Amino acid sequence: MSLRYSFGGDEHLFVECSDAMSLDAFFMSLEMTKVIKEAGIKGITEICPANASFQIKFDPDVIKPDDILKEIRAIEHVAEVMEPVLKTRIIEIPVFYEDPWTHATMMRFRERHQDPTSTDLEYAARVNGLASAEAFIQAHSSAPWFVSMVGFVAGLPFLYQMVDRPRQLQVPKYLRPRTDTPRLTVGHGGCFSCVYSVRGAGGYQMFGITPMPIYDPEQKVSYLKDFMVFFRPGDIVKWKPIGREEHDNAVADVDAGRFVPRMVDVSFDLNAYHADIDGTNAKLEGVLHGR
Amino acid sequence: MAAKVVSPGLSTTVQDLGRPGYYHLGIPMGGAMDRLALKAANLLVGNDEGAAGLEAVFVGPELQFTADAVVAVTGADMPVMIDGVEQPGWTALAVTAGQVLSFDYLRSGARIYIAIAGGIDVPLALGSRSTYPIGALGGFNGRAIAADDELPIGVAPRSAKIGLSIPEALRRGPGSPAELRVVPGLYWDRLTEASHQSFFSDQWKVAPEADRMGYRFRGGASMQFVDREPPFGAGSDPSNIVDACYPYGSVQVPGGLEPIVLHRDAVSGGGYFMLGTVISADMDLIGQLQPNTPSRFVKIDMTAALEARKERAAIIDRIRAVASQ
Repeated sequence: MSLRYSFGGDEHLFVECSDAMSLDAFFMSLEMTKVIKEAGIKGITEICPANASFQIKFDPDVIKPDDILKEIRAIEHVAEVMEPVLKTRIIEIPVFYEDPWTHATMMRFRERHQDPTSTDLEYAARVNGLASAEAFIQAHSSAPWFVSMVGFVAGLPFLYQMVDRPRQLQVPKYLRPRTDTPRLTVGHGGCFSCVYSVRGAGGYQMFGITPMPIYDPEQKVSYLKDFMVFFRPGDIVKWKPIGREEHDNAVADVDAGRFVPRMVDVSFDLNAYHADIDGTNAKLEGVLHGR
Repeated sequence: MAAKVVSPGLSTTVQDLGRPGYYHLGIPMGGAMDRLALKAANLLVGNDEGAAGLEAVFVGPELQFTADAVVAVTGADMPVMIDGVEQPGWTALAVTAGQVLSFDYLRSGARIYIAIAGGIDVPLALGSRSTYPIGALGGFNGRAIAADDELPIGVAPRSAKIGLSIPEALRRGPGSPAELRVVPGLYWDRLTEASHQSFFSDQWKVAPEADRMGYRFRGGASMQFVDREPPFGAGSDPSNIVDACYPYGSVQVPGGLEPIVLHRDAVSGGGYFMLGTVISADMDLIGQLQPNTPSRFVKIDMTAALEARKERAAIIDRIRAVASQ
């Protein structure tokens, strides 16, 4: 992998692993940022992994830009020879697809959409050559997804589907961004899905909503007491389609402090994945369900 | 001791020097848009320079004090009043219990900084008192201040010298046109040679969409892109990239139309190419730009950026020297 380095002004170093998205580029970003963190280089103030690139923020009064460039380039060689094995966790995220709240928002912004006569799901199905919204939901929820970046706004995960490229779901973003998106909307733009951690503007297609908060600045949600942001880059997510009743029960459980996300530690081997994608995904699903 | 909010102004938030360390989770550094102005205000009232103060944009708040206090207002040129009597800016002012601090119309600049001896004593959130409204984090209940809020004030670490003032020469604001120095880079090569030229030679104007997240500019020529086959996952628009991190100060141009310079409450990443980054020394100046201000981007290299950084640090050193007299 040929990395591209560029300074972002006098305080940032931007490193692009690849201009195209792939799990290999994502792993390179994740491994390099891990090694950089462990190296404890003086003057680094932020280490931000992204989908196929990463960014370092540094204090040029402590470390000269040329020196940080040298240090990071040296780490490129360490990362190249690392085994692409990730100790992470797989999490089941319940999704109420075609829910009434994202539907209402969708209708308010129909004129900003490519196809105002379809719903976002119907449009997404059609551009992916799938027969119906149901078929799209099946494709969206059958394979797991990697959290390949956390950001945009507080705690928002970008997710990358773990299938071979021909099967990867791709949907254009809205023609013009909406000024509103319900909190916890499950959205999709380009090849990435996301969960809107807070209410706000957004341009991704809206497919459904999860009852599970993923950002809580007050840290009242039981599983966010240790830290207010749920997702970390490298998490693996499996969507679980749910209906209205299950959604409402989950919301009540969250409010009562009873909701426990289904979540299991796993080890992910990128080489094994490339050798057998469906087999690896089946094993992950087995781990998630204690099989 | 508290300061009671009689009227909040347009959008007045508690800000300190920010919360670095969480940008990888989408939580921006935040903090004062004009860091120099906040530091100066704090130093004048005897606070540590990173204490929390108020940042008000375009319209000042009206505050009533429950006990005697020392305040200083820096940043934009907006006449300071105590019980309706005009007072000098960039100066340590005594306020007695019951008096009201208010402001007249903005004359120039965009943001004032109000430091109160002892600092605004709201709880720390991830190591900072800065308000991040999108994430409902920090500041006063995670939001801009509102009428009838009572802002808790802490205890100042040292006493202030009433009447102490920062000399005019150290209150550097943006010129006209405002000149923002940019180091080209990041996805600079996506643009044609003609756009490389026009971005720096065109005159721009600050657009109405200018806030703590970012400043938009318009009036210059649209960008032209080098042809390419869109990389997988980037999107079909020539200005799209596979979603990546955005540096503070980075200049993105969605659709090639209007440049946006990300500021302290930046979105941490996204799918638009960036052509370069405004240098750290000029970030404070952006915080003082009003909509419609004529602006130019000036191309510089890293060596010059580091030199500008040193010059900026020297000004702050001189302010510190004045304050410690």
